[in-house]
Amino acid sequence: MRHRRPAWHVATVVETRPETPNAVRLVLDVPTWPGSEAGTHLDVRLTAPDGYQATRSYSVATSEPGRVVLGIDELPDGEVSPFLVREVLAGDELEIHGPLGSYFVWRPGQSGRPVQLIAGGSGVVPLYAMAAAHAAASDPSPFRLLYSVRTPAYVYFRDELAALAGPSFAVDHVYTRQAPPGWDEPAGRLTRDSLASTTFAPHERPRIFVCGSTGFVETVVAWLLELGHAAHDILTERFGGL
Amino acid sequence: MTTRLDGNVLAGALAHLFVPDATDLRARCTNCGRVAPIAEAVVYADAPGLVARCRSCDHVLAAIVDAGDKVYLSLSGLSAIALPK
Repeated sequence: MRHRRPAWHVATVVETRPETPNAVRLVLDVPTWPGSEAGTHLDVRLTAPDGYQATRSYSVATSEPGRVVLGIDELPDGEVSPFLVREVLAGDELEIHGPLGSYFVWRPGQSGRPVQLIAGGSGVVPLYAMAAAHAAASDPSPFRLLYSVRTPAYVYFRDELAALAGPSFAVDHVYTRQAPPGWDEPAGRLTRDSLASTTFAPHERPRIFVCGSTGFVETVVAWLLELGHAAHDILTERFGGL
Repeated sequence: MTTRLDGNVLAGALAHLFVPDATDLRARCTNCGRVAPIAEAVVYADAPGLVARCRSCDHVLAAIVDAGDKVYLSLSGLSAIALPK
């Protein structure tokens, strides 16, 4: 699967449903989709009646052939995401290009070292795909996800992540604006100390995948380096924003 | 506000120029000599086309401009790319 050449595909929307207050989950039927490795993305291309085209990248939450699940946040001034979040209906067709990316990818059996996933907001989508692939492959490496999110309502794949959690996959949440009732930490941004206490320690030599806004990723990577993790063990994917 | 992404977003644009996906290939910056996967570059997507800069020294590594009937690719800032055999 690694060096499969990406191609353009016609995708039919099977289902669209609210994922968070400003995001949808799109389930696509794509008969020509070859399946994808966990962490890869695809490009969605929209064409206006006047021929103007806009293309944006979205991470893929699934890995099997023929079917693609996306989680899409609506960006306030976006050209593509408001259409995908608000306008698209079951039965609509979309042009997609992929699977794309061989860098920000987790492959089963690659290493026995622990894997630390760190997500900011919708950055959890490719990391969820990795956690699901880890479970599907019964891969023995310990997995841990640190997930920074505004409030409990903004958690993507809540039920799926809860179902995956177990002896080899731990999930830690950081709520930046509002924590659930009875939560033992006040809501607030991730700090270097809370990062250190909820992730594998540097001496455990985790491989680390960080995905989120550009600002989130750069802040987290700087802290990881200060904590003593090696730069070559940290893989990143930034989706823009502040 | 400029959109500042990273080299992962180049995967689609590079897919048909090189191997199926070039973003995990390691390349060397002509200015500072850093060798890193292309996915780790700083990519500016709001320029005409895509401009990739070195994450260490900010030197322009590569640019990809879609001019309608052609795509222009500049690799002026990359002195070497390691390709799989």
